[in-house]
Amino acid sequence: MTGPATIFDQPNRYIGQPEPRADTRRLLQGRGRFVDDVSLPRMVHAAFVRSPHAHAKITSIDTSDARSMPGVIAIFTGADLAEHVTPYVGVLSHLAGLRSAEQYPIAVDTVRWQGEPVVMVVAQSRALAEDACDAIFVDYDPLPAALDAEHALDADAPVIHPSFGNNLAWERTVDVGDIDAAFAAEGVKIVEREFRFGRHTGVTLETRGTVCDFDPSQDQLTVHYSGQAPHMMQVIFAKHLGLAEENVRVISNDVGGSFGIKIHTYGDEIATAVVAKILRRPVKFIADRFESFVTDIHARDHVVQARMGVTQEGKIVGIDFDDLTGIGPFSMYPRTSAIECNQVLNLTGAPYVLENYRARGRVVFQNKTLMCQYRAVGHPIAMAICDGLLEDAARLIGMDPVELRRKNLMRDDSYPRASATGMKLDDLSHHKALHKLTEIMDYDALRADQAASRSKGIYRGIGFVSMVEVTNPSPMFYGVGGAAIASQDGATVRLDAGGALHVSSSITEQGQGTNAILAQIAAGVFGVDLDRVKVTTGDTATTPYGGGTWASRGAGIGGEAMLQAAHALRDQVLDVAAVMLQSTRDALDIRGGAVTDLSGQVRLTLADLARTVYYRGNELPSDLNPELIATRHYRVTDFPFVFTNGAMAAHVEVDTETGFVKVLHFWAVEDCGRVINPLLVDEQIRGGVIQGIGGALYEECHYSLDGQMLNASMADYMVPMAAEMPDITIAHVETPTKTSVLGAKGAGEAGTGGAPAAVLNAVNDALSPLRASIWQMPMTPERVLAALDKGQKTN
Amino acid sequence: MTKTTEITLTVNDETIHATVPVRQNLVDFLRHGLHLTGSHVGCEHGVCGACTLMVNGQTVRGCLMLAVQANGATVQTIEGYADSGRSAALQEAFAKRNALQCGFCTPGMLASALGYIDAGGAADRVAIREHISGNYCRCTGYQSIVDAIIDVIEETNA
Amino acid sequence: MKAPDFEYARPETLADAIALLGAHGADAMALAGGQSLIPMMNFRVAAPEILIDLDGLADLKGIQKNDNTLTIGAMTRYVELMHNADVQACAPLISMALPHVAHDAIRNRGTLGGSLALADPAAEMPAVMRTLDATVNLSGPQGSRAVKADDFFAGYYETTRADDELIVSIDIPIAGPEHRFGFHEITQRHGDYALAGVAISVVSNAWRVCFFGVCDHPVRLPDLETALAQSHQDDHLLPHLDQIDFNGDLKASAATRKRLAGVALKRALGGMTV
Repeated sequence: MTGPATIFDQPNRYIGQPEPRADTRRLLQGRGRFVDDVSLPRMVHAAFVRSPHAHAKITSIDTSDARSMPGVIAIFTGADLAEHVTPYVGVLSHLAGLRSAEQYPIAVDTVRWQGEPVVMVVAQSRALAEDACDAIFVDYDPLPAALDAEHALDADAPVIHPSFGNNLAWERTVDVGDIDAAFAAEGVKIVEREFRFGRHTGVTLETRGTVCDFDPSQDQLTVHYSGQAPHMMQVIFAKHLGLAEENVRVISNDVGGSFGIKIHTYGDEIATAVVAKILRRPVKFIADRFESFVTDIHARDHVVQARMGVTQEGKIVGIDFDDLTGIGPFSMYPRTSAIECNQVLNLTGAPYVLENYRARGRVVFQNKTLMCQYRAVGHPIAMAICDGLLEDAARLIGMDPVELRRKNLMRDDSYPRASATGMKLDDLSHHKALHKLTEIMDYDALRADQAASRSKGIYRGIGFVSMVEVTNPSPMFYGVGGAAIASQDGATVRLDAGGALHVSSSITEQGQGTNAILAQIAAGVFGVDLDRVKVTTGDTATTPYGGGTWASRGAGIGGEAMLQAAHALRDQVLDVAAVMLQSTRDALDIRGGAVTDLSGQVRLTLADLARTVYYRGNELPSDLNPELIATRHYRVTDFPFVFTNGAMAAHVEVDTETGFVKVLHFWAVEDCGRVINPLLVDEQIRGGVIQGIGGALYEECHYSLDGQMLNASMADYMVPMAAEMPDITIAHVETPTKTSVLGAKGAGEAGTGGAPAAVLNAVNDALSPLRASIWQMPMTPERVLAALDKGQKTN
Repeated sequence: MTKTTEITLTVNDETIHATVPVRQNLVDFLRHGLHLTGSHVGCEHGVCGACTLMVNGQTVRGCLMLAVQANGATVQTIEGYADSGRSAALQEAFAKRNALQCGFCTPGMLASALGYIDAGGAADRVAIREHISGNYCRCTGYQSIVDAIIDVIEETNA
Repeated sequence: MKAPDFEYARPETLADAIALLGAHGADAMALAGGQSLIPMMNFRVAAPEILIDLDGLADLKGIQKNDNTLTIGAMTRYVELMHNADVQACAPLISMALPHVAHDAIRNRGTLGGSLALADPAAEMPAVMRTLDATVNLSGPQGSRAVKADDFFAGYYETTRADDELIVSIDIPIAGPEHRFGFHEITQRHGDYALAGVAISVVSNAWRVCFFGVCDHPVRLPDLETALAQSHQDDHLLPHLDQIDFNGDLKASAATRKRLAGVALKRALGGMTV
């Protein structure tokens, strides 16, 4: 049988190999093609006057001085633009009850967060545009601002959208089993903590930006886009600018980091497209770093009251929590700002057997930067809540935290099954991963080191997390709710006359290696050398229609489509070869760019076959119709999501005099199914872990009492830099998913999802002899010192 | 109108005569005046390191130097290190270790790495981490970059 | 974040530079290394009408070893200080502090004079200069004058330099063989501005201790310096820190800063040169 299921009966030449990426050569020579590298004839530049207020009425805008300044081409207010663009609302029907208000790309009569665009200036250079912005005078009438999520629903709270009556955007409750009875039962001990997670943001090194060009002769809008979902943006530009979808082309070349930041709808980018259409020439907008901090989506602003019940023998009887999250004044369009809270509700405790589970999530509007999906959406919070309480419980009952996990993790042979929250799970390996973790970290040796260090007054801690990660989503994530977001993807594979393979895919590249793994799959499944594969991604005009890369779906979904297409083309080519060689498909193979017999003996090069087909069709039977191109699409059907699992550990040292936390080392065992390229997967995990450590120790958006962001610069907002970061040891368990032939699950977000929980647990492990604990992230020196002081007082 | 001045400098071994706005910084001049888009801009306040390039053989932040201050200077950018072969060993090591993902920090990272290696830096993980601690990378988590730099130093010493 | 427009001048003599400063008054700013000024201009919080580039002034360059002092030109770049054998031998405290000043690329351009003129209270060099009992040599329309580092730093970004004066050079007493130095800076990340830091010198049990990153100027505490001559016990030293008006910000409250200042002091004392 030569169907796709047999592809992995033999070791694959490329799939599973740590091949270096072809894209690195180009980037290492400075030949990247990022949006700001794009220069088009007659291109002009945009800058924005932005609201300094968190909430205010715009009473007047005076642009008269600015209009006559050097190099100024045009100036647009929100009212000007509203004649050319329709507003948008970030709601989806499957998040029942979610509400939000209409949002225009540039504020029309009210500003609702510091940084919201108010006036757009287009000039011959960015510097000249900024000069003109300085000469624009906007009068505001400040309004009371909602800036404290914990009081957002008070009777006297300023209400951002008066027609809503209050600031509640969405609420959901989950109630499984009987928590109250479970917690009241004999012998059950309760740990209860208030968790605080600091609002923070992605800080992509390449800021957001776009070049939009409009050709009125064809009614064609071309958008040079730095982002993850070109087809999604194609629909959005078409819909809101009143263009036919086929007249919008979105091109994404190199993207200098995205992590979810660049998958949302930003008013300044929409405005740029609108203005390009009005001016009928290319307009470039590149956000500067300050603009990024106040407009890039923020994430992870949550306060959670959480409890876990556990018996002395180590059985976790339930989890009960209340999650409050403060978003921006609008739910982000089109993916909504309720998804993060929904994930927290869905995923907390998912690795464990839990009979009782109760959770309430409330999402409230705030006059702060909009919040939405950022790498590992909701997972850092969900894993920290559950595994933070778990290790707290372990200390309470005097049990080793690994042992407590072993008593409660779902068994590796118990799938398929569902979590307490109804998440359908299959092909997971929590126990195997945890076991491997304790081996690679030499857990016993670390505990011995810890004891020895303590006796010398050095406080080291070891913390773990067992986690799941949502990957390869089906239409259940967005499509069912009415979003024009594809959850299927396509791949085309074409054999060219010279024997090379040209492949294209609807998934996209932001540096994780999308192009590389597509090439590896195509080369490995079809049978050419890797360097003979050319990859096209990121262009709605030339690739198949699909969703792009997000929610760790690229490898699993895009990769599967590529596998299917490559396999289909292989069959098609072998059918032609069989006729040309008077053989049968089953007696032939394709290896190293040639048609061979099953022993590997070359019968016909692909180039010879292709040239015959393309140039000398007269040599072929007239009833043979060779197709040297194949396209296949793939979507996940069996499950709403394909979950992965991981086990991670952090080793930290707390300087009890300064409150500084040093992460000495980090380990991650990840089961993401079949690994296409271990080099790339490991590097994704490493980058993700460091990003998670950022949220755990450093990153937080601070606001003044007036709703101004206080640390909107690289000097004041702290991101992880090289000197403080640990080396990370990675190992894998590979349980392929049965939902595809490739068997690959996603891996891009796991590091970020798990690291905060592991670091939190490690810090609390370090502090435990001092009767101190900390439940707020980032765990700044000040907060660690406060925890130590509190512990001292209870001694 | 914006004030301008004439400058003459060497960029990647080529003599350049240009008229620049006085207020234009060096990296903007290189990117938009000379179309050498290999150097990148990440913050415009000297903290992220993306714009790090070489002036008179030393690393500098291209966003913290005015183009006019580079009058008479010798400038080298990633295009220059690559075309001249100066960064060949680093390029190979970075590719092999996947010490870049999106590639946006890479020009600055290469400049810093070259500075370290040219000054005879040791194959010491702590020292290397300290040296590149002014170059922000969001993708890699830094470990593979350290590995790549060590590869080059050890290969050179071997 | 593009700087607003300005006139640019690159005078060739000190006299020309001073004349320009005098002529334009508050509309003019001097450009030394640019590592602090240019970001301020990019943020549009500094918007001079005329920028006077000091890089052409030979009078501000060079490191000269005299009998008792080391004279360092104001436009000396940090990197030059790091590699200079006379600095290493005569003022080792500078060499101890320099690796903490930002990063390579900044040190290749930033200048000693620029740092002192800026007077960022979280910067290392102003505190180092106070500890070394350095003298700042100024030149203005009225001529030259010398100001002790102890009398130079007035407050947050404020010095006793008049607007029409320039720092020309800094004189540093050459350290003798009995001099010992200590330096410790507490930062969450390498190269950051200090949360609290201290620069120490001692000779013949006479101590000079200057804190930075703690309040609106680099600060010495004479009572602490006297106390150090007697004992290094925590309870003998730390209470003197109460005299500092510690500042609080997003990274550390005043109370935390005081704590960190105490830790910096202890750790600096524990790592003195021999």
